Amino acid sequence: MAITTERRLARQSKRPGRLPEKPRKSRQKSQYPMWFYIPAAVLFFTLFVVPTIASFYFSLTRWSLFDIEFIGFDNFAQFFREPMLIQGFVNTFIFGFITSGLKVVFGLLLAVLLSSQIMGRTFLRSVVFFPVLVSVVGVGITFRVLMDPFDGLINTALAGIGVDGPGWLTDPSYALLSVAFVEVWRGVGLATLIFIAGIVAIPDEYFEAATTDGASPFQNFWHITLPLVRPAMVTVVILSLIGGLRSFDLIWAMTRGGPGFTSDVIASVIFKQYQAGFYGLSSAGNVVLFVVVTAIIVPIFWFLNRKEADQ
Amino acid sequence: MNAFKKRSKLMAALVTGAAISLTIAGCSTGGATTDGKVELSLLVDNTDANIATVEALAEAFTAQNPDIEIDVQTRPGGEEGDNLIKTRLATGEMTDLFWYNSGSLMQALNPDQTLLNIADEPFMDTVTSTFIDGVSTPNGVYAVPAGTGMGGGILYNEAIYAELGLEVPVTWDEFMDNNEAISNAGYDAVIQTYTDAWTSQLFVLGDFYNVLAEEPNWADDYTANKVNYADDDVAIRGFERLQEVYEAGYLNEDFASSTLDDGLRMLAQGEGAHYPMLSFAVSTIVELYPDQADDIGFFAQPGDGPSNGLTTWLANGIYAPADTEHPDEVKSFMAFIATVEACDVQSDAVGATGPYFIEGCVLPDDVPNATADLLPYFETEGGTAAALEFLSPVKGPSLPQITVEVGSGIRSAAEGASLYDQDVTKQAQQLGLEGW
Repeated sequence: MAITTERRLARQSKRPGRLPEKPRKSRQKSQYPMWFYIPAAVLFFTLFVVPTIASFYFSLTRWSLFDIEFIGFDNFAQFFREPMLIQGFVNTFIFGFITSGLKVVFGLLLAVLLSSQIMGRTFLRSVVFFPVLVSVVGVGITFRVLMDPFDGLINTALAGIGVDGPGWLTDPSYALLSVAFVEVWRGVGLATLIFIAGIVAIPDEYFEAATTDGASPFQNFWHITLPLVRPAMVTVVILSLIGGLRSFDLIWAMTRGGPGFTSDVIASVIFKQYQAGFYGLSSAGNVVLFVVVTAIIVPIFWFLNRKEADQ
Repeated sequence: MNAFKKRSKLMAALVTGAAISLTIAGCSTGGATTDGKVELSLLVDNTDANIATVEALAEAFTAQNPDIEIDVQTRPGGEEGDNLIKTRLATGEMTDLFWYNSGSLMQALNPDQTLLNIADEPFMDTVTSTFIDGVSTPNGVYAVPAGTGMGGGILYNEAIYAELGLEVPVTWDEFMDNNEAISNAGYDAVIQTYTDAWTSQLFVLGDFYNVLAEEPNWADDYTANKVNYADDDVAIRGFERLQEVYEAGYLNEDFASSTLDDGLRMLAQGEGAHYPMLSFAVSTIVELYPDQADDIGFFAQPGDGPSNGLTTWLANGIYAPADTEHPDEVKSFMAFIATVEACDVQSDAVGATGPYFIEGCVLPDDVPNATADLLPYFETEGGTAAALEFLSPVKGPSLPQITVEVGSGIRSAAEGASLYDQDVTKQAQQLGLEGW
């Protein structure tokens, strides 16, 4: 959303009729006195800068909370030897890309539906958005009950139509996908909201002109809505991919990475190190996670935005 | 304008004062109340039986010492609880007293720096040396025993055994034969409850008597990194047993989605025959299924030798942080726990599920059936061996997840054992042990 705002501002400044801006001096005098910034600076420094630097330092130590010993990069070596790490990475990517992809597809379809002239539009919009407002852990526990292989509502209902449902969360081959499905259900409301904002912003003239030329509704969607909704799509992809890659709470509430290690993601591997009292090691894991997420998101962000600028 | 300014200054002063006094109040946990009484805080995990035990002890103690009151607080159990204890000790926010495991978990608290040393207190004379070994370091002794010792083995349903004419097995082969018969009769032979992942460890941990029977120095060699699970034909048997019962199809069909409470229900109501478990669970059965409690018995985990014995767990301990503000009152509460009277208070409150570690304590005559099965092992010379976690500080944090995987066919016993060996290496390095 920050992206769209920036672009709007950029557009406004190009608008004719406004006073031409003065060429910026290298050191423009600020319109606020220095002390005005101090509260924000103090907060930012103590709550963000200091912990970040501290965690980089602790990642280089063996730290039991009582003793601290500097061990260089041993934690990183240990973390990459972690037997569950490879599976954790694979699961993280599966989870991140599946949830992100499905949120884009379902979010866009729902947005098209909910920005058309259907009955009870406002009500339906609220219904779609509702899961976003509910506590993640609450959602996780609810679905854990629903997905119980024997007494759960889902398998009881499936049994009613003669289908023998699997152990959604207890079968190693389904556990991660089941959680991903719940994550899509929980997060698609936000994606829909962003897409609706994007669709509503498309001027009606395009559709009117296309319809006059005999375009079908599908052609309207494919040649007008889809290209013009791209800024919204970039936002949805970035937000949901970041969320998916570092997601932890829903997985922990539903499977605790189980059965065994089969639905562990990087964040839950890190959390287990923390629980086991390997505080230095888990700091190293967080540094790795930070680097990995940055390494994935920055190129995607750059790529998607560049394409947009080209058009 | 002036008056307003003055007032706002006054307000600021008041607010600052209030904030400072709040901060100070927040720093002291527990403390002396105005009328000369002292209130001690005591942190216990949220298991019903453990809460009932400390509340009974606190009440009996305050009845004798009206000037000292005990405020019982609860915490989550498992790894979350371990973390909470470590954090509170490290930040100096620990309660005056706390309930915690003995053995390797206690060693991970860095006891020499963080806990109150009670090695030289006279009341420690009545605590048995078995328990003291489990709560001491070369530099000190840190706890008095709370609750009773436990055995790790198999809880079984005697009604099913009687119906099918089975006998209590001593060897693993006999155990598997019984499983076959039980399974053919339409019962679940072995109950497993992997949603509470820790319950999956029993076949491995409870097998330790059988390991020591064949290799008496195993624990010391393990601490020194001379032996491990994957390359030791005897030690790996625990993992293999887990795999065998799964592959033979003896488990309840909902093993992956069941909890400890489900398991105890299935056992008590006769849906399943065997449940590998720690004997403390007997008190839950007695409380929830009083009519069926007499049907539930206990035997030690069968091994490959001609005879077997019981792998035992020490009682938990009551500890105090080194920086407690009321060391004298804390010690007088500990002194009370180390008396025969305190044993009786605990027996009355929750029933006895194993032997006490205070000299002179006797069990009441009417112990639950499963507890009665447990006692002969303790009375036999060489009938028990302490679990590995009391003989070695090395215990890997991922064992529950690994045993879940082996026990549900996701990973083989050999792979599980070697994965656990890697897990243990991290813990040993963290503790700074030699040879890792």
